[in-house]
Amino acid sequence: MGTTASQLGKADLSEYQELTFLTKQEILLAHKRFTELLPKEEKNSTNARVPMTKILTLPELKSNPFKERICLVFSTTNPNDGSFSFDDFLDFLSAFSDSATLEIKSHYAFRIFDFDNDGTLSCGDLEKLVDCLTYESEDSRLTTEEMRQLITNILEESDIDKDGTVNLSEFQHVISRSPDFVSSFKIVL
Amino acid sequence: MAIFNLSSEQETSEEEDDKETNDDDEVRPECLSPEELEKLKEAVEEKKKLIQSLKGKPWPMKKKLVTLRESQEFVEKYEGALGKGKGRKLYAYKVMMTKKWVKFQRDFENFKTACIPWEMKIKEIESHFGSSVASYFIFLRWMYGINMILFGLTFGLVMVPEALMGRPYGSIPRKTVPRAEEASAMDFAVLWDFKGYAQYSVLFYGFYNNQRAVGWLKFRMPLSYFLVGVGTVAYSYMVVIRTMARNANESGIGDDNSFNFSWKMFTSWDYLIGNPETADNKFASITTSFKEAILEEQESRKDDNIHLTRFLRVLANFLVLCCLAGSGYLIYFVVRRSQKFTLEGLENHTWWERNEVNMVMSLLGMFCPMLFDVISTLENYHPRVALQWQLGRIFALFLGNLYTFIIALMDEINLKRKEETIVKFNITTWETSLYNSSMSGNVTAPPVTIHPADVPRGPCWETMVGQEFVRLIISDTMTTYITLLIGDFLRAVLVRFLNYCWCWDLEAGFPSYSEFDVSGNVLGLIFNQGMIWMGSFYAPCLPALNVLRLHVSMYLQCWAVMCCNVPQERVFKASGSNNFYMAMLLVILFLSTLPAIYTIVTIPPSFDCGPFSGKNRMFDVIQETLESDFPAWFSKVFSYASNPGLVLPFILLMVLAIYYLQSTSKSYKEANVELKKKLQMQNEENKKKNKQAALKAQMDLEEARKAATQAAEHRRNNNASFQSQEGEIHNSYSIIIPILILQQQQQQLLLLLLKVEENHGRNDRNHNGRYGCSSAGGSASQPSVRGPISRCYSNRGNSQYLPGLSQQTNPRIYRTPSLQSH
Repeated sequence: MGTTASQLGKADLSEYQELTFLTKQEILLAHKRFTELLPKEEKNSTNARVPMTKILTLPELKSNPFKERICLVFSTTNPNDGSFSFDDFLDFLSAFSDSATLEIKSHYAFRIFDFDNDGTLSCGDLEKLVDCLTYESEDSRLTTEEMRQLITNILEESDIDKDGTVNLSEFQHVISRSPDFVSSFKIVL
Repeated sequence: MAIFNLSSEQETSEEEDDKETNDDDEVRPECLSPEELEKLKEAVEEKKKLIQSLKGKPWPMKKKLVTLRESQEFVEKYEGALGKGKGRKLYAYKVMMTKKWVKFQRDFENFKTACIPWEMKIKEIESHFGSSVASYFIFLRWMYGINMILFGLTFGLVMVPEALMGRPYGSIPRKTVPRAEEASAMDFAVLWDFKGYAQYSVLFYGFYNNQRAVGWLKFRMPLSYFLVGVGTVAYSYMVVIRTMARNANESGIGDDNSFNFSWKMFTSWDYLIGNPETADNKFASITTSFKEAILEEQESRKDDNIHLTRFLRVLANFLVLCCLAGSGYLIYFVVRRSQKFTLEGLENHTWWERNEVNMVMSLLGMFCPMLFDVISTLENYHPRVALQWQLGRIFALFLGNLYTFIIALMDEINLKRKEETIVKFNITTWETSLYNSSMSGNVTAPPVTIHPADVPRGPCWETMVGQEFVRLIISDTMTTYITLLIGDFLRAVLVRFLNYCWCWDLEAGFPSYSEFDVSGNVLGLIFNQGMIWMGSFYAPCLPALNVLRLHVSMYLQCWAVMCCNVPQERVFKASGSNNFYMAMLLVILFLSTLPAIYTIVTIPPSFDCGPFSGKNRMFDVIQETLESDFPAWFSKVFSYASNPGLVLPFILLMVLAIYYLQSTSKSYKEANVELKKKLQMQNEENKKKNKQAALKAQMDLEEARKAATQAAEHRRNNNASFQSQEGEIHNSYSIIIPILILQQQQQQLLLLLLKVEENHGRNDRNHNGRYGCSSAGGSASQPSVRGPISRCYSNRGNSQYLPGLSQQTNPRIYRTPSLQSH
């Protein structure tokens, strides 16, 4: 990157502005919050990564049922361990920002919901999704019968080519009709 | 970039000495032909578009950075050099200006985002309460913005010019407190009522002078007053309709019920929630909504006791109507009573009797919605439907109250106008008496100067109207704040501290902490704005008052919601109501500008107060301006344009245009539905066909395979016994035919499988690997049959199993192209 990571260079800042949906203040704030998460000795290194456990302590992600999936989707390590570099962090904030387009948001939403990373939302993915959304309250979990009914209904509605799974274009078609997807799929630092 | 080899004719006129042939490394734009130049330009434009679209690509940042840097390098390298000859400098200049403009736009966007007030507060509320409560505060902030603009207009163009450039206080009768009231003009009670010095100031209509041009700027005061009044309404319309259009675009096509479950699944989680308690509530509400939706789906046919339900609903509506009628009559009665009190002199009555009207209206606004809530339990609707009914009823209540108030106000106006004619008559007699008395003393007496405070004054009905509205707004504000403090804050304090010594758990049971009533507050805000629109023509101070009120409201309510409210149990989506609130705002805007327009158009202005005094109608000021300030031809054109013969056909044309647009939009919607159905049917058919064909091909392949193995066995058995060529040929034929059929089936199966794989997008089948080499020759399978025969004959040993077949087909592929080329 050229400059020390403790402050962003002007060239980097303008590149990031070009490549993300964030404003200058948001990028600087993101940089500040990111360096706070780094351990002291790594604060000045340029390619530092923050492990997943630390990312999950962010107040914006703490109460989110999809926090692990978000870390795994936006992380670019191989093998995937959910850690973020600053680039990954910016990618994450850009996709969840207010001015991101519907296409970007639906693309990443699809990847987040795809628990087994096979490119489609199968019954297993949908079940895990429902569990994520309802599991926390023990007494109001759905019964297996209700779960089955729910998944059948969902597949009936969204699976246009009737192959038993929801692929990316079907998902995007469903999401594009929803009036509150864009406003609820938002995280602001 | 290609290698260019040019002849001299194609060079540009400037660069004749740069003839370079066979240039591998670098392309000099100077030696390109026009077509090549165009291609280069296109490539540069493409790269620029790519740079702009990089934001929206779901790539990891590294990839985006690499692409960005590459594209930027490319653009920089070739862009500056593009542009031939004389146009080159201009092109470079244009490029530089575009770059500067883009940078400026980006900085401006950053600046605008930084300027938005209260962003942190709203973010905190969002994370605690979710987006539906936050939507109220966002709405409040938007209203604040509108009111700031209205304030700017009225303050800058009406109040300030009159204050700075008009006649000062005390110079003419309309600007002076009458002698009779002078003693009490400074009392707080009088000022709170907006009488005394407050009445005779720029805050109200009556202060303004009707002088046509004031000050050294020759500022046309009456014209400005009129135009600002019209402008505030026009601006409000424009803003509301623009916001509605934007919301309608974003929310897709209305509310589609066909994706109920999918939306609940994919879009119900609110990612802004950062507070564990709110998250728990959200989980609970999501679970409840799932269970409810499943139940509804299962029980959609069940309708028990529909007659009882219908009867109860009719009863509920009847009760509500009674309630509304009752409240309307109550307001009318109270307003008449207050008129009576005014006639008798206000000092004889208690504070309550003096402020009866406002108090009654505010109290009705507070208690009737609760009554409606209780009545609605009879109806047994789905909560969202019940909420809509509730909102509709509250809307009707407020509207009814407001219009009753206006009718009562009209009565007062008529009273004042009657009074005015009497006063006019009195003034003439008073003037003549004054004149006579001065004449009787001295023949050459100096003209009598009368202090403006002593001149008898007409009742200024416009100022009275303005005062009424201001009082209404103030009492409404007070009621809201007091309800907030008592209803929310006191309740929270009691629940918290009495809980220690109470028999039952106050926090869990009754009364518990209150929830933030989003819809009630939004309605209150909308009606408040309606009153501002109604009264701002007669009291230019109203937008200023409203700005102050909204500012205080924001801070007070933010504090109250964080301190005394708990997150809602049933969390409703904010979005569905967004356009609903905008639609209500539009209706209120329309309804509140009607009375003002009516009074402007029909009632003649007072004779001694306001900027239009002396005219026959208020809008005569426009006529006057056109005649005196504009060139002669302009007024002629205008008079032609305002001819009914021209205006009526124009209105008709607009109505037709609206009808046409409406019907096209309806037909587009229908076309959409049709296309969607078609898409689904087509997909299903394709799927079915593919599956069937694949199955059939697979079955045929199995059969042929069986036949081939059988034939091979048979041939092996026969080889020992038959030695003749015929037998061999016969046997080879008996092998060949199933093998050919097999090959054909193979190719067909391959094609189908490829199609199916395209549809699925899965790469986990191995068939491609096995049959991959055969795919190229698949289309050329038909032409010759002779060639393979000899080949198969030679390879017959391997014909037992399928991989051998692929080996057989390989040579055939290599042969058939050569056959074809001949």
